[in-house]
Amino acid sequence: MIKTLLMNIDEPDQVEIGRVRERGGYAALEKALRMEPAALIEEVKASGLRGRGGAGFPTGMKWSFVPKNSDKPTYLLCNADESEPGTFKDRKLMECDPHLLIEGMAIACYALDCHLSYIYLRGEFEFIAHTLQKALDEAYEAGILGPSVCGRDYALDIYLHLGQGAYICGEETSLIESLEGNRGYPRIKPPFPATHGFLASPTVVNNVETLCALPWIIANGSAAYAAMGTEKSKGTKLFSVSGHVAKPGVYEVEMGYPLMDFINNESGGVPNGRKLKAVIPGGSSVPVLRAEECEGVLLDYESLLKAGSMLGSGGMIVFDETVRMPEALSVIADFYAHESCGQCTPCREGTGWAAKILRNLIAGKGKRPDIDLLLKIADMMEGKTICPLADADVMPIRSFITKFRSEFEELCSN
Amino acid sequence: MIQFNEEAMRQYQAILKRYPEKRPALIPVLILAQKEFGWISQEVAEYVGSLMGYPASDVLSVATFYTMLRKKPVGKYHMEICRNVSCWLMGTYPCVDEIKRRLGVEAEEITEDGKFSWNLTECLGSCGTAPAMQVGDRYYENLTPESVGEIIEKLAND
Repeated sequence: MIKTLLMNIDEPDQVEIGRVRERGGYAALEKALRMEPAALIEEVKASGLRGRGGAGFPTGMKWSFVPKNSDKPTYLLCNADESEPGTFKDRKLMECDPHLLIEGMAIACYALDCHLSYIYLRGEFEFIAHTLQKALDEAYEAGILGPSVCGRDYALDIYLHLGQGAYICGEETSLIESLEGNRGYPRIKPPFPATHGFLASPTVVNNVETLCALPWIIANGSAAYAAMGTEKSKGTKLFSVSGHVAKPGVYEVEMGYPLMDFINNESGGVPNGRKLKAVIPGGSSVPVLRAEECEGVLLDYESLLKAGSMLGSGGMIVFDETVRMPEALSVIADFYAHESCGQCTPCREGTGWAAKILRNLIAGKGKRPDIDLLLKIADMMEGKTICPLADADVMPIRSFITKFRSEFEELCSN
Repeated sequence: MIQFNEEAMRQYQAILKRYPEKRPALIPVLILAQKEFGWISQEVAEYVGSLMGYPASDVLSVATFYTMLRKKPVGKYHMEICRNVSCWLMGTYPCVDEIKRRLGVEAEEITEDGKFSWNLTECLGSCGTAPAMQVGDRYYENLTPESVGEIIEKLAND
């Protein structure tokens, strides 16, 4: 199978720019610099590439919303705040192939006429910051970044910016607020970042994996990329798989790959002779699937939606038959309660109370009406907040309870 | 009164140069201040505020939003162990029991010698190598109660 992201992952010395250039690194950037920016945007549109952070919005379309001839500078922000539970794919790309990210960012910046760009890296990943900074320093020394990108009349600076422990800052307007030096409160949209983003200037926020897909697309053409995958989900996608599988890790597969093949082949299946119980396919914010619901499901945006879940970030968590689902939900609910920024009342109160009720249930102090109360709280949060964090709590609450209700009832005294 | 030493002041100037305006430098400067002074106390917030021209209340309102900017002192080695789904599935809590047994302190407390403190933390992005913990700028992964014990012994002798 063709790889567009992890093709260099087994090569040694990925951080050493001499080796990177020998194997063709930065050739796609050189090609892009010979194209017109508008043609580049059309090429990315034609590829069908969709944002890999979780929302799946078409990347080329997002770029085309940036106004032409604005009197303000345009910024590209790389969202490297990877914090969705179950997700560790961007980390793999940054640790193992940092120059691929820099090349993808440079291509995007050139297409957007952006001269100053930041990588917003979650603070916990400080050890990756060392790798990225070394790669950035090498790129500057090699003339790939700086006043004259690859010898062309185009200047570009890329800087690293560390977050400081806030899941919400992965939401793009929260990321912008945080980068501006404020509390990471999401903003009401519109206006959208494309017109009013970082420092009230036109801004594009793209995920690490999205940017890393660009060099392959430019090198091989949008048609070759669009030839892979399904009708609406093009190309390849990284899935990070964890939990009860024999080979947890990050794997690249073509969009539309069968979910059960991924679990049994790439991930090595459920170990210790146990049975599969459930799968969260796209990070803790998406609805859980029972084992029997996974049969026949394909890994692409539309198939997972049809199956009642979502592709999300591709952070797959696998549960074997020993997992007690109310406890798993309680762990997840505690997370959203901790990470709610507190700006919107339905989310601040809803995530907090859901977590408390679940802890009470686990402690054997719950009553049957508490289960429906949790569903009512979910209804009261859904769609009533500025950003999707509350919805991200609603998805697991609703799906865990409706699909595993008897386990919740067994915990109740009456 | 606290203040940045010469090297930290040089880093402060370098941070300012990375941004088109002053304000986006605030969090990077707070990270630098925490490295220098250990945590973001009222005094540190006042110093950073005076350096950059913001009231201490403004600086603290930002700092208190971010869990990695510390509101109180921690041990020399602050062990943050992930409590989220994949780490929980793979055995966070047996490791936590071992940490408590070895250190004899509860979450957020500091050992008498000032060397250790610990806390639970949210997803570290280390789900495929769970359970995991962060100590400073280093990750320890695929933890077991045994390996946690060895890590504590090694750090204790550092």
